[in-house]
Amino acid sequence: MNTHAHTEEAHAGASVGTNLAIWIGLVAITFLEVFLAYKQLQPSLMLSILVILSLVKAAMIMSYFMHLKFEKLSLVLWLVPAMIFCICMMFIFFFPEAFRLLQMRPH
Amino acid sequence: MHDVKTEVALDSAWNGGKSPFAIGSKKLGMWLFIVSDTLTFSALLIAYSYSRITNPDWPRPFPIYPAIAFSTTMTVVLLASSLTMVMAVMAAQRNDRKKTVMWMVATMIGGLLFTGLHLTEWFNMITKEHFTITGNPEGTPLFGAVFFGVTGLHMTHVMIGVIYLGIVAVGYGRGKFSAEDVEVNGLYWHFVDLVWMFVFPLIYLMSVKY
Repeated sequence: MNTHAHTEEAHAGASVGTNLAIWIGLVAITFLEVFLAYKQLQPSLMLSILVILSLVKAAMIMSYFMHLKFEKLSLVLWLVPAMIFCICMMFIFFFPEAFRLLQMRPH
Repeated sequence: MHDVKTEVALDSAWNGGKSPFAIGSKKLGMWLFIVSDTLTFSALLIAYSYSRITNPDWPRPFPIYPAIAFSTTMTVVLLASSLTMVMAVMAAQRNDRKKTVMWMVATMIGGLLFTGLHLTEWFNMITKEHFTITGNPEGTPLFGAVFFGVTGLHMTHVMIGVIYLGIVAVGYGRGKFSAEDVEVNGLYWHFVDLVWMFVFPLIYLMSVKY
């Protein structure tokens, strides 16, 4: 098995400048999240924005820091869709009780 | 003599004898672990969301200052340690052993600082504000179970990561480990950082006291 060639291939990655830019982006998004918490948004709006920003941060970390952007597409397709599918399946537990209780509970 | 279709199949990355994903087995193993651990943390965070939705008296114990300011500092420290890990992996790819070990030690310091800050926060919450894993001064006692359960599992990952970094740094410095080992170690460290990117907004920022 030609592992050396494989490792060499996997070595291609982002430059120091790109990684630094990603890092500054991650810190900036973190401060934006804290600023939103300070602004006292409505909980449902706040949750939606926070989840979207967290997913953006996760994608930035996985693509650049974890090198997934520079791996073969077959690896990405093997790992990511199955993982997302399993996480989505967990949301089944919310139905129907959680949303029904959310409607019923005193606000 | 094979026909064209068979020749193509034999040339394919899936024919055996080579990795179809063009990565080593250690890296593949770490990615599989990361997928399984992602599902563990997802299950915990989804269980938390369920508890949160179904309990109207969920406490909001974190004021912007000092609690959120403190946890934001922890987040920045963990992010900084991710950057030093990126530098370590890049140095390892250049075969610069001295710089690799230096950046890995910097990452370990970041991890230890994060753990220290986290334990300080826990200590204050337990002793001064009387939060425990089974109860808290206000709201549903489920809060303590969720907070200490999720952040505790994450802190355990950070501590294991620091030990893992120490072992790989010593081994790589002595020439026992390769650049791939450092990269696999980096994958684990970035994953720990990634998990915190969900724990911080969902557990802390969604429970700000106004």
